[in-house]
Amino acid sequence: MEEKKDSGKKNFLKIFYEEISRSSVTIIILAIVTGLILGGILAAATTKEIYEAFDESFKTGITESLKFIWKTYSSLFLGSFGNPKKMIASLSSGESAEMRKAFKPFLESLVVTTPYLITGVAIALGFQAGVLNMGGEGQLYMGSIIAGWAGWTFKGLSPIIHVPLALMVGVLAGALWGLIPGWLKAKTGSHEVITTIMMNYIAFSLSQYLITGPFVDPNEAFKTPFIEESAHLFRFFEDPLRLHIGFIIAILVAVIAWYVLYKTTWGFELRNVGLNPHASKYAGINSALVTILAMTVSGALAGLAGAVEMLGVNFRAVQSLTTGYGWDAIAIALLAKNHPLVVIITSMLFGFMRQGSRVMQINTGIPIDIISILQAFILFFIAAPSIIRTIYRLKEPKQTEPSSLISGSGEKI
Amino acid sequence: METATKINKKIFRRAEKEKTRQHIIGIIFLAIAAFIWFVLARTTSPEADTLFVMTPGGSTVVSPDLKFNSLLMINILAVLSLGCGIFQYFKGFGKYTNFVLVLVGIMLTTSFLAWGARGGSINVGGMLRIMLMRSIPIVLGALSGILSERAGVINIAIEGMMITGALVGAMVGSLYGLWAGAIAATIAGGLISIVHGILSIKYKVDQIISGTIINIFTIGITSYIVTKILQEREWQYLNESGIFMPTGIPLLSKIPYIGPILFNHNPYVYTMYILVFVLTIALFFTKWGLRLRAVGEHPKAADTLGINVFGIRYVAVVLGGLLAGFAGSYFSLGSAGYFNQSMTAGRGFIGLAAMIFGNWTPVGALGAGLLFGFAETLATNLGLLGVPIPSDILLMVPYILTIIVLAGVVGRSRGPAASGVPYEKESL
Repeated sequence: MEEKKDSGKKNFLKIFYEEISRSSVTIIILAIVTGLILGGILAAATTKEIYEAFDESFKTGITESLKFIWKTYSSLFLGSFGNPKKMIASLSSGESAEMRKAFKPFLESLVVTTPYLITGVAIALGFQAGVLNMGGEGQLYMGSIIAGWAGWTFKGLSPIIHVPLALMVGVLAGALWGLIPGWLKAKTGSHEVITTIMMNYIAFSLSQYLITGPFVDPNEAFKTPFIEESAHLFRFFEDPLRLHIGFIIAILVAVIAWYVLYKTTWGFELRNVGLNPHASKYAGINSALVTILAMTVSGALAGLAGAVEMLGVNFRAVQSLTTGYGWDAIAIALLAKNHPLVVIITSMLFGFMRQGSRVMQINTGIPIDIISILQAFILFFIAAPSIIRTIYRLKEPKQTEPSSLISGSGEKI
Repeated sequence: METATKINKKIFRRAEKEKTRQHIIGIIFLAIAAFIWFVLARTTSPEADTLFVMTPGGSTVVSPDLKFNSLLMINILAVLSLGCGIFQYFKGFGKYTNFVLVLVGIMLTTSFLAWGARGGSINVGGMLRIMLMRSIPIVLGALSGILSERAGVINIAIEGMMITGALVGAMVGSLYGLWAGAIAATIAGGLISIVHGILSIKYKVDQIISGTIINIFTIGITSYIVTKILQEREWQYLNESGIFMPTGIPLLSKIPYIGPILFNHNPYVYTMYILVFVLTIALFFTKWGLRLRAVGEHPKAADTLGINVFGIRYVAVVLGGLLAGFAGSYFSLGSAGYFNQSMTAGRGFIGLAAMIFGNWTPVGALGAGLLFGFAETLATNLGLLGVPIPSDILLMVPYILTIIVLAGVVGRSRGPAASGVPYEKESL
């Protein structure tokens, strides 16, 4: 009897193991772990002290490398979440200054997450409808600068009117930047990947022109004036803490996007067009209209991200190079498999890494750019799950998964 | 019966579309003529002369300068474009439309330059020479895109391959000399393209996603190496490669006008000429080219005929990567003499635009690259001319033109049919 029971237990474990190895969550976790390992190796391989340790003996080299990688990732963690011991100590002491200091990294990470979250939802929504919006960057730029314009032009308004007004014009600017490629895709069949990338560069040039020309601050070259106090987004805490209401807006955007996509007819149509534009056409869905709307909403959300960043953090536009939000947002959406609620988690992953990397650079001398490399590694393994399956000897999934997460349907609808 | 009328309708619709296109282009020509006449000619005094200096600065071969009456020149060009516009609107140039479009564009810029330098001079020779140099990375990037897209693989990672090529070129060039740098950069581009090939051909990852991953990775790793290594004082000697010096081609460089502008450059320009020629031959006049294009248009049919679809795609993607890496090395070894994170500045994407603008042909890409290079040159020279157009606005022109071309309003541009679609071999 006992033997039988035992084998049953084994079976249960075996089934459990098989289920786990088939699950796509396992793939994502393993992809992140593998990415972190590769990133750690890269960080150690580009550090002089490690080579000196290897000169001494192989064993010290290995231990030093492990120590170094641990130091790198622990400072990444401390930089993004803050020190848990300090947090508890400050909470028990009850001093507000101490508390602010202890929770600053965590709250700052949320500030960094905000634009990632909104843009990530924007891109995910586009992907769900089968449009590859590569123009998040340009839409964000336009939303930011136009919201800024509304912020410093209108004076003497009440915040209740001024903030929504500035957000609204930013959203409209982003929507226009999404509408053009969407309309062109639906009406002429021009591939949205190319048109959105072109729209990005038009947005850069236009904002450069605006910052140096019509919008320039009379007292300072290459910068715009500051926005009015009345256009500032509400902040939850006193000054060094910058967490603003934009984060709540971002969460709301993700929840609303999830509701619209999965609980309304329009969302159903949108996802259907993304899955199969031809079949939806026969099902009586106006797929051209859905494509245009999806692209416009995607652009509008990216514009909102720019507007929130302007009114909540920057307060003025400065001539600068690209921010990289557009590209990162693609990674965030892919990592979340284009599910708006999962985007909340993946965007936090990116936002926290970005915030923590500053502390990491100070402590270990590893440049912030390692974050991009980590992102690329993780995406690489997620995009090609077969590689992860081969490395970790996982079972193939029962159903044949679509080989790619999304289909780049550049064809005319 | 019914199908016959359907087909007739389709043909009729297409003809109608052609007609609208013809009219739109005619109206554009007329608008250009009107602009030259009403804006440029109106503000030019009849006495003013324009001097076009045709000798680029520093050239030993002196070409005679061109001097003419500004207003007369502007008027002649306005009449010519008016004629083109009328002919295009009523009769149409047919298959020469794009050629005439380029001609009218040249007329517009010439009259614009004549107007800008009225009562003064402008070094047109120098501008043309700089235009050619600025177009190198764009044209090479476009050629790289053509190779892989003609075989059915979209490559938006050209930018990433270029930036890697620029970095590798600068580092290897500093250590082992310029030629070694250029070769290493080429190989680096090729290695990255193998990743793109494996992801998009073997694992059938969406090609746009694969390109995005490579872009994120290469931009990250180059920036990482710069901050971690090249910015340290002790490693600075790794980023002092220097540049290829211009060497004139004997005889050809002595031809007045053409010589100093076209044939007195560094090796990148000559390589560009050769590559455009070789690729045109290879793609359109060889068996290999026919196979490659077949794979890009209809991989299933090609497979049925016994063509190795995957093999051809791999070769095309890797050749494209080699080209992109070489194009990247131009930034460090052909122009700056060192590596800088922002030096490619989206040229890979402009290269893609040039590829579309040139209708996926090497010669077309050369033309588009020259046009975009000219826009950049003009943008930097506007200040000298005292023209009240901000340079940032002029820098938008290539992108706007690309969107217009892609939308099929002016000139129709159509990519290979199976571009972007992973090929799945059917098992028996």
